[in-house]
Amino acid sequence: MHLVYPAVLAVLLFCTGLYGVLARRNAILVLMSVELMLNAVNLNLVAFDVWLRDTLHTGQALTLFTIAIAAAEIGIGLAIVLLVYRNRGSSDIDRLRDLAEQAGAGDGDPQPDTTAEAAA
Amino acid sequence: MTLTTTAVLVPLLPFLGAAAGLLLGRRAPGFVRPLAVLPTLAAAALAVTVAIGQGGGPATDIATRLTPTGSIPIDLALHIDGFAALLAVLVGIVASCVQLYSTAYLRDDPRYPSYAALVSLFTSAMLLVVYTGDLMLLLVGWEVMGICSYFLVGHYWETEAARAASLKAFLVTKLGDVPFLFGIFALAADAGTFRITGILGTVASGGLDHPTLIALLLLAGVAGKSAQFPLHTWLPDAMAGPTPVSALIHAATMVAAGIYVVARLLPVFAASAAALVVMAVMAAITMVGSGLAALAQDDIKRVLAYSTVGQLGYMLGALAVGDRGAAVFHLISHGAFKALLFLGAGVIIHAAGTNSLAAMSRMSGLARRIPDAYWTVTVGLLALAAIPPFAGFFSKEAVLGAAEHAATGAAHGIPGAAGWTVLVSGLLTALLTAAYATRLWLLAFKGTGVEAPDHGPQPVAMNAVLWVLFLPTVALGLAAPLLPGWFDGRSLAPTLTTSVLGTGVALVGGLVTYAAWRHTTALAARTPIGVVVTDPDAPPGLAEETAIATHAPVYGSIAGAPDPADPGRLLLGPLQPHAAVGFHLDAVYSALFVRPVRAAASLVRFLDREVVDTYVRGAAATPRWLGAAVRRAQTGNVQTYLGALLAGSLVLAVAAVLVATGTGA
Repeated sequence: MHLVYPAVLAVLLFCTGLYGVLARRNAILVLMSVELMLNAVNLNLVAFDVWLRDTLHTGQALTLFTIAIAAAEIGIGLAIVLLVYRNRGSSDIDRLRDLAEQAGAGDGDPQPDTTAEAAA
Repeated sequence: MTLTTTAVLVPLLPFLGAAAGLLLGRRAPGFVRPLAVLPTLAAAALAVTVAIGQGGGPATDIATRLTPTGSIPIDLALHIDGFAALLAVLVGIVASCVQLYSTAYLRDDPRYPSYAALVSLFTSAMLLVVYTGDLMLLLVGWEVMGICSYFLVGHYWETEAARAASLKAFLVTKLGDVPFLFGIFALAADAGTFRITGILGTVASGGLDHPTLIALLLLAGVAGKSAQFPLHTWLPDAMAGPTPVSALIHAATMVAAGIYVVARLLPVFAASAAALVVMAVMAAITMVGSGLAALAQDDIKRVLAYSTVGQLGYMLGALAVGDRGAAVFHLISHGAFKALLFLGAGVIIHAAGTNSLAAMSRMSGLARRIPDAYWTVTVGLLALAAIPPFAGFFSKEAVLGAAEHAATGAAHGIPGAAGWTVLVSGLLTALLTAAYATRLWLLAFKGTGVEAPDHGPQPVAMNAVLWVLFLPTVALGLAAPLLPGWFDGRSLAPTLTTSVLGTGVALVGGLVTYAAWRHTTALAARTPIGVVVTDPDAPPGLAEETAIATHAPVYGSIAGAPDPADPGRLLLGPLQPHAAVGFHLDAVYSALFVRPVRAAASLVRFLDREVVDTYVRGAAATPRWLGAAVRRAQTGNVQTYLGALLAGSLVLAVAAVLVATGTGA
């Protein structure tokens, strides 16, 4: 099988994942999209491992690592999403912006010195 | 003890007393009085020992190198000649009297410990100035006196007048001290040494390159310290200090330091005829102006202050005609009788409860309440007016004799113009002096009206001191034949012409004032302005403080009073309002110095607030705007951040690829 098929498939998977991460509102779908991106990488690893005829099969070994880490990551991620949902009744990712500086609150100085530059 | 050891101890003892007084003042109140009086008394006794040991013989001159400076070294030098020995005796005796007097005068004052320590420190500084043989050491004593004077004038700092007066005294004397410092440096640079003997040696051999410049610079410092025109204005205001301070600092010692320095360095001044003429003119203006001003003052202490200014003018006049023997003789006799007059004035103020002559002239029997002060002050005023046979007569005749000597051209190297200036203004001042002395005596002791309040007998310490100072006031004139041996050897005996002239004008002045007083005194009863606001049982210091603080609110001015019964008003005529304010010299200073300084200060304030601060505010505002702009990007939406991250990564990746393949850049 030519290398281009798994490579193109991986690109498609990755772009789908990227779109999901950047565009979806639901946190669980975002996590799933991350999985898609990881699996695109896994596919690349396996395909290139076969194409290069690596005797040690480092690509396949690394894939196993990635799967294990992805499993752990999705576990922690889902736990966080669950807690966020319990606390707020929503897991929409674009509403979780408590760490952003509130508009107006950080402006500090009540009398912005607009004339300073002109007077100087 | 050798003469040197004794002489070193003389300034050292009051200094140690001052240090101990400042350290122990709070912890051991019982030791404050002994620590104030005993070192000063001991210093006075040692000064007498030094004077006896010196005996008018050749000068003792001893020095050790204090520090090499790279160019002109500074020595710890002692120079004791007849002038120094006798002046130190005067300083020691007057300081002891003042310390004794203060124990009674300020007996309930909470700040007495620091006051006594400062008086001791002041005494020590003056003795240092008198004994030192090195101009740098002299400057140290000179400046210590300046700062002590500042603190002591401001002793009653609760009153506005005292605060203003202390600052004024400090600033005006400093105004003179800056040129004085330059003068000392110029003199040392020309002579190559700070030692007075070395400098005089250089002058004698004609090695001085800029005698006029140096003399004028030094003269500015002397004018500030010795209260000569145009820097005399601080002295009358300094009367806001306690009376003993006025007696010590502003009559007998500190103001004498300037005269003493000129006497020490007289050959430097004599090397320049221009400096002598300037000195003579300065002395003449000071003498006559202060005499007129004294005639218009209402505060008894301000009368005495202006009279001090005038008598210092006599001394400077004597120096201007090149006779330092006469100058120092007048300095010593004036120190004695003026200290007596000031201390007596303190008793009078306490007894009368006011410092206003207008109020005293509406009070009868003041003389009976304070007989000791009455008799001693009467004699002191006779001495001041130069009536024979009291001390002031002999010393003033010595000055006038020296002036006449110079005016007739008999003195070598002295311009005749200087002689005539001093002689004419001296005679005119003798008239004025007698006039204001008579006025003071008549208004203070010969008042009519309600009985003076009874405060009981005055403290013994205060009365005893008056009698101690009474002795030299009466008898110092008898020493006139002995003194030339101590001084330059020129005779100080009165000459017939000047004696007759001087005594004659003094008698005329006194009689005219008496006649004017007879004429005006009937008006006193019709104008009831004599207000006494002092608590009758107040201690002397408090009584005086109250009197000073209430003079301006009661009479509208700190200097004069609108009293039609004042003979000075009749005598001065239209001049009176101008004389009362010291011929508007303060207003001139205000226009020349105070207002420009204020204007400069407000300009600096404008530059600081409006110009410099604008840059500072601008430097802070620019980053704030940038920060606000950058903050817009921070939405809190993670997906936006990730999008930006991706875009950035793509740009970097493309750039890296382009660079790697060599197609970019």
